[in-house]
Amino acid sequence: MFDIVAFIPRAIVQSVPLLYGCTGEIITEKSGNLNLGIPGVMYVGGISGVIGAFAYEQACVKSGNFNSVLAVLIPLLCSLIGSLIMGLIYCYLTVSLRANQNVTGLAMTTFGVGIGNFFGGSLIKLSGADVPSIALAKTSECFARKLPFAANMGWFGKIFLNYGFLCYAAFIIAILAAVILTKTRVGLHLRAVGESPTTADAAGINVSKYKYFATCLGCMIAGLGGLYYVMDYASGVWSNDAFGDRGWLAIALVIFSIWNPLVGIFASILFGGLYIVHLYIPTGMDYMEFKELYKMIPYVVTLIVLILTSMRNKRENQPPASLGMSYFREER
Amino acid sequence: MAEAVIKLVNITKKFGPVIANSNVSMEVNKGEILALLGENGSGKTTLMNMLSGIYFPDAGEIYVNGKKAVISSPKMAFELGIGMVHQHFKLVDVLTATENIILGLEGRLNKKEAKAKIKEICDKYGFDIDPDQKIYDMSVSQKQTVEIVKVLYRGANILILDEPTAVLTPQESEKLFTVMRNMKEDGKALIIITHKMHEVESISDRVAVLRKGEYIGQMMTKDTNAAEMTNMMVGRTVSLNIRRPDPVDPKPRIQVEGLTVKTIDGITKLDNVSFTANSGEILGIAGISGCGQKELLEAIAGLQPAEKGSVVYVNDEGSKEELLGNDPRRIEELGVALSFVPEDRLGMGLVANMDLADNMMLRSFRNGKSIFTDRKSPRNLAENVVDELEVVTPAIETPVRRLSGGNVQKVLVGREIASAPTVLLTAYAVRGLDINSSYTIYDLINKQKEKGVAVIFVGEDLDVLLGLSDKILVLCGGKVSGIVDARTTDKNTVGMMMTKIMEEGGTKENESI
Repeated sequence: MFDIVAFIPRAIVQSVPLLYGCTGEIITEKSGNLNLGIPGVMYVGGISGVIGAFAYEQACVKSGNFNSVLAVLIPLLCSLIGSLIMGLIYCYLTVSLRANQNVTGLAMTTFGVGIGNFFGGSLIKLSGADVPSIALAKTSECFARKLPFAANMGWFGKIFLNYGFLCYAAFIIAILAAVILTKTRVGLHLRAVGESPTTADAAGINVSKYKYFATCLGCMIAGLGGLYYVMDYASGVWSNDAFGDRGWLAIALVIFSIWNPLVGIFASILFGGLYIVHLYIPTGMDYMEFKELYKMIPYVVTLIVLILTSMRNKRENQPPASLGMSYFREER
Repeated sequence: MAEAVIKLVNITKKFGPVIANSNVSMEVNKGEILALLGENGSGKTTLMNMLSGIYFPDAGEIYVNGKKAVISSPKMAFELGIGMVHQHFKLVDVLTATENIILGLEGRLNKKEAKAKIKEICDKYGFDIDPDQKIYDMSVSQKQTVEIVKVLYRGANILILDEPTAVLTPQESEKLFTVMRNMKEDGKALIIITHKMHEVESISDRVAVLRKGEYIGQMMTKDTNAAEMTNMMVGRTVSLNIRRPDPVDPKPRIQVEGLTVKTIDGITKLDNVSFTANSGEILGIAGISGCGQKELLEAIAGLQPAEKGSVVYVNDEGSKEELLGNDPRRIEELGVALSFVPEDRLGMGLVANMDLADNMMLRSFRNGKSIFTDRKSPRNLAENVVDELEVVTPAIETPVRRLSGGNVQKVLVGREIASAPTVLLTAYAVRGLDINSSYTIYDLINKQKEKGVAVIFVGEDLDVLLGLSDKILVLCGGKVSGIVDARTTDKNTVGMMMTKIMEEGGTKENESI
């Protein structure tokens, strides 16, 4: 029998990194920047947090005190700074120097993954572990701490209350992003920048400022996805390349969710479920050779979704009109 | 005594090696409408862009209300009460009119309050817009209204309108002028850029003339006339009569029979259209914009599938070939050339990022036997076009997007004519062109006619259509409301025919005209 109470929480924890990446990229794309560097940014967000946590745990081993608030704050801050730097590099190249966004983005992904694996490898050496991974059990325990009464509330607790704080933050951030984009002046201006920077500029909106701000904020949000993955989902165990292709899925999700963070919430839960559905195939059907096919489901669905979404013709559901283009005021 | 709200002193602006404005000094007064005249590329738009904060002058001073002002951004321009309605609308398509109007303002977002204020402005000056309508659902003239309201919403006292009538029908232009006069009564200063002399005469109080980036002089409109203004713009005497040579040996070249075209959404664009275009004749096509002109030309050029009907090409020997359903390339080989100037000019026919020579090559890249393209002849052609049509460009290697609108158009029309067509289809060939360039184009078209080319000329200006064409086909809502002899008919008759079917339909379109 398909165990829905067990399946939903697992789908949700799978969905959180996707949701962070998706929300971050939506905010970025609304400013007209197509940041294909998101997979790299999420990677950097993860490893920065690991570096922070590793340093703090090492310091704790020496001093003997372990403060769980600091254990959360330090990796969180490191992760935000790491992904902010990635965002700044991307913006400097594409907004200030007007480099091609696709090329820059792809380079950022390669760069981010490289940075992650480099520092990951170094830390593994430093920690002297005999397996190729770093375990940050103490930090992870702080990140993954559940609501205390979750265990007493039956299936409701299991489905809705049984997560670490970064999981709830992902949903709150997505809802906030949706509200800001549609209900506030900042959101209106940001959409204008992404649709038509010339118009925004003529209306007195500082286009570069909005692009920088949205892209950096988007990167920081996406980076939290990397942090959540290591600290909560993977129980504090970093091993190189474990994050996989979640970053790319997050970018595909942006199109699926028609640039609306609220749709993004449902889309990422759906994809989170598809990602692990192969583990829940009823016995008797789970021959090894089929299992590999089931693992393909999220990618096949991505392709189908991309085809379907490219067919809709409502103007509001199209990508921001100037997505991927650099803006230069005196260009004619 | 008139009060100067804007004073420009020795303004200079360069784009790389190109001098767009040099030492321009002029004034704009309160409560007047100033027409800024000049040929294409004479720096009118650049000058106005400096007032609205898009560009920053390299040298010179700007005084607003007697105080020296540094306008470094559009926001600053708004603060000084200067608002500009650009030739290419600066609107976000997916937002509503209200959202576009309040774009860029500070403070809490309160759409209700904004809508009330918009309504107030509309009532005051006689605008008509729906604040909740999305921009992409709007007609060109509605978009323009949104632009003007946007500027007024910000409390602008000085309005700059860059070629506002280039994309409007005569009726819409008249409406705009009424609004402009209302604003003038209200004590606002208006600057209008236009190439249409009769508009200058009817709307403006004063004219200022630029030529090749320099300020030439100013006159009161009531003391001058079209010929004098044109001479000042061009710098020499220009004849304002359109030549109409008699057709030589006209023979049927294109026979259109019962042509019906529908859009993908099933809207009928052309309904049972039949006519014959003769060689050595100019067939003018008149009609309110969007009445099927574009579809007609595209159907002939093989770019638009037709529901029914036939388009037959007859060559000199009298043998016939059906064009409908034929490959556009084959149609091109027969000598059918299409030059369509859309509202945004670059939309069809030219590639903005390619230079002049490469754009010429779009027509000729299939020529030659070698696997390599022939780059020499398009280059020569580009040089010829630049020479003959007096295209203002720094070099042949300049990307087309850097040229001013009128020059872009000369390149397009020049290329089509150079392909030695047997049928020349041209739509809005002089849209946005200054008077001198327009006459150059009329001349080119006449030369084609004398060579025996069948010309189909879709135009906006009835005076031009009547002066240039041999016959005029009037379209109304996709139907032919008549074919008249241009030599014997008059403007009123054609104007009536353009709206005929609307009257029959019972709408009282005429009352608003």
